[in-house]
Amino acid sequence: MGESRRPLGALFWVCLAFIVLVILAAALANFLPIPSPTAQDYAAINTGPSLHHLLGTDDLGRDLLSRIIFGARVSLVIGFGSIAIGLLIGGTLGLLAGFRGGATDAVINAGSFVILAFPPLLAIVVIVAFWGRSLWKLTLIIGIAAIPQLFRVIRASTMSYANRDFITAARAMGASTRRIIVRELLPNVAPSAISFALVGVAVVIVLEGSLAFLGLSVSLPTPSWGNIIFEGASNNNLQLNPFIALWPALAMFLLLTSLNIVGDRLREHFDVREGGL
Amino acid sequence: MEGSQPAGTPNQPVGTPTGIRNQPAGTGTEGGNGKEILRVEHLVVEYGPRRRRVHAVSDVSFLMAEGETLGLVGESGSGKSTTGRAIAHVQPPTSGHVYFDGIDLGGLSTGRLRRARTQIQMVFQDPISSLNPRRRVRDIVAEPLAIWNTGTAAQRAQRAAAMLEAVGIDPVTVGQRRPQQLSGGQCQRVSIARALMLEPRLLVCDEPVSALDVSVQAQILNLLADLKEQHGFTMLFIAHDLAVVKSISDRVAVMYLGKLCELAPADTLYDAPLHPYTAALISSVPSPDPERGPRTPLAGRTAGMAGTGPVAAALANEVPSPLHPPSGCRFRTRCAYAATLCAREEPPMRQLAPDHFVACHFPLAH
Amino acid sequence: MRSRAGWTSSRTTRHLIFPPVDQALGPMLEVDGLRTSFRTPRGVVRAVDGVSLGLDRGRTLGIVGETGSGKTMLARSIMGLLPAGGRDRLGVERSGTVRFAGHDLTGLPPAQLRQVWGTQIAMVFQDPMTALNPVVRVGRQITESLRLRMGMGRSDAKETALALLSSVGIADPGRHLRSYPHELSGGMRQRVMIAIAIACGPRLLLADEPTTGLDVTIQAQILDLLADLQRERSMAMVLVTHDLGVVAGRADETAVMYAGRIVEQAATAELFAHPLMPYSQALLAAIPRLADAAGTRPKPIPGRPPDLASLAPGCRFAPRCPYARERCREADPPLVEAGSGHRFACWYPLSLEDADTPASDLGDSQGEA
Repeated sequence: MGESRRPLGALFWVCLAFIVLVILAAALANFLPIPSPTAQDYAAINTGPSLHHLLGTDDLGRDLLSRIIFGARVSLVIGFGSIAIGLLIGGTLGLLAGFRGGATDAVINAGSFVILAFPPLLAIVVIVAFWGRSLWKLTLIIGIAAIPQLFRVIRASTMSYANRDFITAARAMGASTRRIIVRELLPNVAPSAISFALVGVAVVIVLEGSLAFLGLSVSLPTPSWGNIIFEGASNNNLQLNPFIALWPALAMFLLLTSLNIVGDRLREHFDVREGGL
Repeated sequence: MEGSQPAGTPNQPVGTPTGIRNQPAGTGTEGGNGKEILRVEHLVVEYGPRRRRVHAVSDVSFLMAEGETLGLVGESGSGKSTTGRAIAHVQPPTSGHVYFDGIDLGGLSTGRLRRARTQIQMVFQDPISSLNPRRRVRDIVAEPLAIWNTGTAAQRAQRAAAMLEAVGIDPVTVGQRRPQQLSGGQCQRVSIARALMLEPRLLVCDEPVSALDVSVQAQILNLLADLKEQHGFTMLFIAHDLAVVKSISDRVAVMYLGKLCELAPADTLYDAPLHPYTAALISSVPSPDPERGPRTPLAGRTAGMAGTGPVAAALANEVPSPLHPPSGCRFRTRCAYAATLCAREEPPMRQLAPDHFVACHFPLAH
Repeated sequence: MRSRAGWTSSRTTRHLIFPPVDQALGPMLEVDGLRTSFRTPRGVVRAVDGVSLGLDRGRTLGIVGETGSGKTMLARSIMGLLPAGGRDRLGVERSGTVRFAGHDLTGLPPAQLRQVWGTQIAMVFQDPMTALNPVVRVGRQITESLRLRMGMGRSDAKETALALLSSVGIADPGRHLRSYPHELSGGMRQRVMIAIAIACGPRLLLADEPTTGLDVTIQAQILDLLADLQRERSMAMVLVTHDLGVVAGRADETAVMYAGRIVEQAATAELFAHPLMPYSQALLAAIPRLADAAGTRPKPIPGRPPDLASLAPGCRFAPRCPYARERCREADPPLVEAGSGHRFACWYPLSLEDADTPASDLGDSQGEA
């Protein structure tokens, strides 16, 4: 019998390619042959897609393609950055709590409930209002809000492995706690954690959109997908030029779908099938 | 505690290894050389919150001689697995001592315990759960050496390959597979190989063959006996299957609800059990010998039928919960011979014959 | 106190007419050329490959085999209770006939089959914890089928359930009727499973590893209980197990399965005393026995069972058989009868002298890799 892994499939690669494309475009935005996202072309205001402006312009004559590419920077940094923070802290604590159990688990778990007790959106609104809304502050706040969720998923997953005999065997062989967590537990927990984290990234990108609607995302005129939709939907722009809101919404939709599919397929692919024919 | 004091002083627990049965040559299970390797004294393991405290092991004492195989049998909930885990110190004892080679393992610092317990290794029941599903067989077997940074990676791989070969696994083809691609028997072979990498002096086998098919079970039993001959380790063989235990053990200990009931050389225990529980357990095993004919029914509903002994009839009841073990002798609720004394006083472990220990007020006569 | 009438009153169902037990002619169960195969990504797996057998009322047939021998799938195929397609199972196919009391069950539409399940044929599963619904009280799980299948009223059903629980040896049935499955011990749960299985008075009980996972003392109780119930109700029983000790004392006849086929079948005592097929002999030699002196080594069977998705021609046991010759590797031996109902599938059956000396040359312990 060979490796009994479920093939990833063509859709996975299409979705992964799209995610990589968005990330590359955002990273290399300064080198792309596109106008500045804040440059105004007074000859073309509220135009639809044209050769000159591939996705058209907004009511200030700014190139939408450029704004979406630069806006992706904000969405991606907040999305991946905050989940990375949450994964690093929540994941480590989850592994530790799930493996050690007992008092360690009780203390960390209680801590996670404290954070969970704040309604996340409200907490973010209050903190951003008082503390300001630069990119890194937003990322940090959302990251902290994501810790308990990621902690709980990874803790539960760790617990399902912590009592298996191979962990006991590793202890009997004299392996240190760190070695057991890194070598034995992490490889088993990682696939489901990564899958969940990718969905988390999607959730945070939507959250950024919601914050933009409340005027709490990064300050204007810095574009983010949320900001662009917000601007496009306000001032009756939606009726004059629906493209302003349509393009970033479409980009967001495609990215979220891709993240979900990639996460799902990865988890299935690395799912160890125990038993079966 | 007073009632359960074993014969002799605490420093001289039951199961003195003198006169361990000599095996006929060639059977593969050589008796021990008489030197004490493991001494378990008043071992108590309890867990759970106070209200629902599980008394898994209650004051168990015994001794193992270097090179012998001690079988530990009992039904589920008897505490036999917990005893094995406490000896390997993967589950800390609540009280009592485990002396390995004269050293009290409970008194060691964390670091020294880590080193000391490499001499005691375990093989588990569940072949799937025993091996990390994400790692390859050859890495799993080399891991013990990697933990202790023994030799170079190439040397470790070489030793792992040699050990895999010794347990009947092809290190080249099977070595690069992951556990889910292996059969149950192969998984157990890998587990055994991993356990032997650190050259332990005591191997605790916790139901190593009960998840396997009979044909594979025989393979693994013989493999363990062969390896024991080659490597000269001592073995604590924990199982619920009395026939399996008999086939591999020099001496057998019987546990019931966290207590040791009886301990004797294997043949003696099976031929002339002194504890009513041991006798009942033996009579419950369905015999695969047709000449004995269909067994006489022995459950409680048919108690009193012709040919049904009181011993067998006794086991109609279920095992009491280890949360609330009965007073006095723990077996009394299912015992046909139970008297008022049994409820009042816990029977001490007594030596009734050389090497034959029993904890019963009214041991069976033969 | 048993309301026996309740279980036996309704012998007829709306669509199928089953003759009363004592008037039934011929065997209770006749299985002919039963095949069940799964389509998997690796190819077609023949889990049950051409099994024929018969069982009279009140008799017990033991089916022994190792993991993957198809014994469980055979029991399920007889009942028509096959697993739906899953991730690895792309499809299930069953062919052959299963005649129960004269009716061919294989052609029945699901609605009629459901009438047979429970009232005529019932099954006891290995794991009562998964077979019982964890959130429904034991009482309702028993009365449900009584009310549904037998059309009993609430109080009748409850009374019958109480009688059933005490007949399976549960003390204080009134209290346990209100218990949830997790509140019972393993042995008690298996008793409840048996109570549910016999509730509607089935005439054939398929017991799939009914005592695996139970302690020996409890196992003895459960097997006694099944034997008693069987005697009282002249039920036929198929006892599927991997434990030769379980069938030795309990089954009138025993069939040995290997790689989806019956390779030997005989009266139990006959089979154990004089196995004709080397696999049966090897299986008997592989189990440690209490009667043997301590330190007696069991004799393992080298190698592993074949992969059912890619079978080589010839006898399926040939690669592991110490007596295999060229013919064994070329042609598949048919199941033939040696007289007095002893059937076996082997080109070179063991003679009686051979059978007394277990194969001492059955390989070493290194054979599996």
